[in-house]
Amino acid sequence: MAETCIEGGVSAAIPHDSAHKHVSGEAIYTDDIAETPGTLHAYVLMSPRAHARIKSIEVSAAAVAPGVAAVVTAGDIPGKNDVGPIFSNEPILAAGVVEYIGQPVLAVAATSIAAAREAAQRARVEYEDLAAVLSIEAALEAKSFVAPAHEMKRGDAERGLGRAPLRLKGEFRIGGQDHFYLEGQVAVAVPQEDGDMLVFSSTQHPSEVQKMTARLLDVPAHAVTCEVRRMGGGFGGKETQPAIIAGIAAVLARKAGRPVKLRLDRDDDMLITGKRHDFLMRYDVGYDEQGRLLALDMILAARAGHVADLSPSIVDRALFHADNCYFIPDVRLIGYSCKTNTQSNTAFRGFGGPQGMLAIENIVDEIARRLGKEPLKVRKLNYYGTTTRNVTPYYQAIEDNVIHEMTAALEASSAYVARRREVDSWNRAEAVLKKGLAFTPVKFGISFTTTFLNQAGALVHVYSDGSVQLNHGGTEMGQGLYIKIAQIVAEEFQIDVSRVRITATTTAKVPNTSATAASSGTDLNGMAALTAAREIKNRLTAFAARHFQVPTASVRFIANRVEAGENTVSFGELAGLAYKARVSLSSTGFYRTPLIHYDRSTASGRPFFYFAYGVAVAEVVVDTLTGEYKVTRADLLHDVGRSINPAIDMGQIEGGFIQGMGWLTSEELWWDKAGALKTHAPSTYKIPVARDLPADFRVQIWERGENPAESVHRSKAVGEPPLMLANAVFFALKDAAHAAAGTVPKLDAPATPERVLLSIADARSQTKLLAANAE
Amino acid sequence: MTDAIRFLLNGEARVVEGLDPTTTVLEYLRGRERLCGTKEGCAEGDCGACTVVVAEPDDNGALTYKAVNSCIRFLPTLDGKQLITVEGLKGADDALHPAQQAMVDCHASQCGYCTPGFVMSLFALRHTNPSPSREDILQALAGNLCRCTGYRPIIEAATRMYDSGSGNAFDAPTRQTAGRMGQFDRLVGLRYEANGHEFIAPRSLDELTAVLKQHPQAHILAGGTDFGLFVTKQHRRFDRLIYLGEVAELRTVTESTTHVELGAGATWSAVLPLLDRHWPSFGELIRRFASPPIRNSATLGGNIANASPIGDGPPPLIALGASVLLLGPDGERELPLDAFFHDYRRTDRRPGEIVALIRLPLPVPGSEFAVYKVSKRLDQDISAVCGAFALRLQNGLVAEARLAFGGMAATPKRARLAENALVGRPWNAATVEAAAVALARDFTPLDDMRASARYRTLTATNLLRRFHLETTGAANARIAYG
Repeated sequence: MAETCIEGGVSAAIPHDSAHKHVSGEAIYTDDIAETPGTLHAYVLMSPRAHARIKSIEVSAAAVAPGVAAVVTAGDIPGKNDVGPIFSNEPILAAGVVEYIGQPVLAVAATSIAAAREAAQRARVEYEDLAAVLSIEAALEAKSFVAPAHEMKRGDAERGLGRAPLRLKGEFRIGGQDHFYLEGQVAVAVPQEDGDMLVFSSTQHPSEVQKMTARLLDVPAHAVTCEVRRMGGGFGGKETQPAIIAGIAAVLARKAGRPVKLRLDRDDDMLITGKRHDFLMRYDVGYDEQGRLLALDMILAARAGHVADLSPSIVDRALFHADNCYFIPDVRLIGYSCKTNTQSNTAFRGFGGPQGMLAIENIVDEIARRLGKEPLKVRKLNYYGTTTRNVTPYYQAIEDNVIHEMTAALEASSAYVARRREVDSWNRAEAVLKKGLAFTPVKFGISFTTTFLNQAGALVHVYSDGSVQLNHGGTEMGQGLYIKIAQIVAEEFQIDVSRVRITATTTAKVPNTSATAASSGTDLNGMAALTAAREIKNRLTAFAARHFQVPTASVRFIANRVEAGENTVSFGELAGLAYKARVSLSSTGFYRTPLIHYDRSTASGRPFFYFAYGVAVAEVVVDTLTGEYKVTRADLLHDVGRSINPAIDMGQIEGGFIQGMGWLTSEELWWDKAGALKTHAPSTYKIPVARDLPADFRVQIWERGENPAESVHRSKAVGEPPLMLANAVFFALKDAAHAAAGTVPKLDAPATPERVLLSIADARSQTKLLAANAE
Repeated sequence: MTDAIRFLLNGEARVVEGLDPTTTVLEYLRGRERLCGTKEGCAEGDCGACTVVVAEPDDNGALTYKAVNSCIRFLPTLDGKQLITVEGLKGADDALHPAQQAMVDCHASQCGYCTPGFVMSLFALRHTNPSPSREDILQALAGNLCRCTGYRPIIEAATRMYDSGSGNAFDAPTRQTAGRMGQFDRLVGLRYEANGHEFIAPRSLDELTAVLKQHPQAHILAGGTDFGLFVTKQHRRFDRLIYLGEVAELRTVTESTTHVELGAGATWSAVLPLLDRHWPSFGELIRRFASPPIRNSATLGGNIANASPIGDGPPPLIALGASVLLLGPDGERELPLDAFFHDYRRTDRRPGEIVALIRLPLPVPGSEFAVYKVSKRLDQDISAVCGAFALRLQNGLVAEARLAFGGMAATPKRARLAENALVGRPWNAATVEAAAVALARDFTPLDDMRASARYRTLTATNLLRRFHLETTGAANARIAYG
């Protein structure tokens, strides 16, 4: 009997393509690639000063140290010492001045890392300290920015605030987050003939590594090839940062004339590279007695670090998400990218969206608590409408709003109302342990807000035996992009996914790609691959019609075979016949997202193709003697449209939530007074472990999900949005702290045990102070 | 003349020479062996990407499997043992080991970089625990970080791997493997030298004392979970290491009617059952402060001798009235543990001396004890504050009080003012409040990345309040760990 369906088509919950290799240790990461004989190992000497003029660098003792093949400083870079993705003048090696503790100053290539490290210590660098800006406040005060402020407004915030019956001004701080990809930054640069350079880089953005390496070496882009098979995690940390690592390796390789590997030790990685931006929000909000938002004037100030990197775009996305699911009639948002003498912060899953969203959630939560209302009621009261009250601060009308339905579904399935009562009654009875419960929604805009980035290419080959090789511009960092796109191609050709060979991403196959970022990997590359496959399929269809002399309409691809009228051949047989008939069986595919546009000068347009939605409920218990807590239960409901691979999507939802929970709870970045980051290893920087998983964890993909926009198979992007489901954990902690303190506590993120305890202590002492003053 | 390091790598015998004694097992695997399945994530034993399993025959000739962090484990410590890596798990027919297969079936890998480490932790669990509870699983995984999955599918895989029953390469021939390891037996301890650096691993107390006498300035290596970082983070080189891990007498644990005597070379894993029995909160502390790969290696003596101000072992030991036996070229001497610590990383230990034994009095009627740890993360985090409380109550009054804290000063230290405020008073809330005021004057803690001084002082006093609540029968005085 003929098969009726293929294995591993669209919507099949099949394992990650590399799962067998992951568990057996056979998956090859950049550091595992067999080294070319003569490969050198590099070490980077970092700045010990937050801001200083380099008076002199003396490297001669380093250059003659045992095993050393090359030492480079900024002056040794053949081309332009700049890897800035938006603005220029972002050096890979400090030139004349150092601007943070950890900045690469010089690099050594030697026969071993130890030899390179020991040689680097022999270099003599003299510094003259300059005044350092180490906090967001100090940067705002000094008007120290890496880019102009961006303003977004609709209506008249000032007038709205003036008319509002109630008004609240406040400050809210949100901490940053280290990516803590398990595989640190690494690149291998291998010199080729004609001055070419082959770069193996753990990067989400091979085209950027190619472009920047070419710029640094002063060669055309065609002289550099960048390849990456997989990363051991990226999360945004390997979007721009790998250009620094690959760049240093390439400059050393050029000078030494030998291959050079630069693999950063964990501490060095955390000291050198950027992280999620911490933010300071200052807001003035007007609302009514019901808790309805009337007007908002808010500044969102981010710690950009010493250079711009992607900060302006990240701050933009914070503004784009400072409404979350809420309609604000009169609104003004101003975003600042503050220049500080710290690591240059960069992309991280959510790209500013989480910080913007947390800011408005905090405001809505504060309003509810001050009015003595149940926070979920106030949240729902402020939800965007579906046809009215549905225009965002950037003038895009929301046409796919499903937050009302999803909220109703999760409110019921999580038994929110009953649990609210249980939590309240527990808190009335217990003195030490207090519980907290919170419900938060997520609406996340999908598309790069820099419109031109929304393009992708793919390259599909069908060989004469019917096996298929697939390549596209997207990179695999664990998110399952490769398998999802293979499923799309398998579905199109109607062949088992095992017939599709996934190959490493390389700039030699698909050029001018965008970063695998903004959750866009499947949306963009999936469509490009689908286009390529469809082109070949069309040729095969036309050929089969000619060959079997049937109308093209009667040619059908079904379950590893092709039917042409009364004739049936396997897909492989058809490919072989087409080859002999001199039909091209290779095609590129290209895709650009339709409909989107954004005018930054007026802060208006349709930056997003569609929105992804989700809702979450979290319950916590807090020890009010120490501030320690546990997340006892979490219920998540997330919209992925029609899932291409539910197992992969589930992994993104669960993993995103836990990563977001880490950001808002135990992960704290701490700099000392000199500006040195002291949390630069897992001994001091605490990401969640298995025990932190809520004991009761109920995660559902929204069954009714379907993308009204014409996305690939009507799926929705899923990489970033679930991270923000963790907002529920933060507000559940605040709920418990409120119950403990008896008055609204001031809680900033991350809600470490210390912040939770001190928020309670401060709120209690303020209450006592007020009472004492009243007497 | 140097001995070679001899061990089994998965199924094959290895004889290693020429590598520096502080070469880590991870460097050896990835470098000389080109076995790249084992990953480096942090080089400090905190992420678990480098997890491997070390097998040794037990007294009955069967193999015991222990997960360890290869990134901070020195190669010579493998002498005579079997090293099992992720590459060694597949069966003869190339079939995945049940731990590997369950990880695939549960979609428990995403980027895959942490995965070999998780697989090895699961492998160790499967071969040491026939039916783990969820709590057992969480403990087994406490030393492995995953940044992608959120852990749910990995925890599921830990259950699912038992479904496939036996039928893997490690179930049947362990005795045979143990027999093969007999070829590595030594009468005299390993003396390994490379690049002018020496590694001496005495096998008896007699050998050890002779070596200490000969080399009083040598560095002492015990479990290496702290020492390893001198090499991987500070890049120090050592001329001569004396390794205590093969001295059987240092590992003995004995119990009399009044005392327990814990060999300083006993690992935290080895003493855990005894701690659970007499001082459950001490057992919980040890589970929290160290993952299985760490506590399978780390020793009590190392935790004391390294004199860290934030080590979690000393506060409960001091509160319990432990004394420490030092062994040196001139014999033994014993002193109370709180007298052992002088200042930041400075102790009473003299050249050529080692911490040999910890003597602990058993609970007597009327005694109350608890130790509490406060940290940003519950599992495998360094304490912001560790507070240990021991009382003896007589006729409702506090007859004796010993309060010891970590994280509050340059050494683990007793809170003398608070103790004085307790002794002779009734054990009630008013006494506790008075003692809390005194406790705040006992210490001047620091602001650092783990906590502010304010938080440290506040929680230290609150831990005393918690101790009072718990000893007086209050329910829900803290969140259950498990």
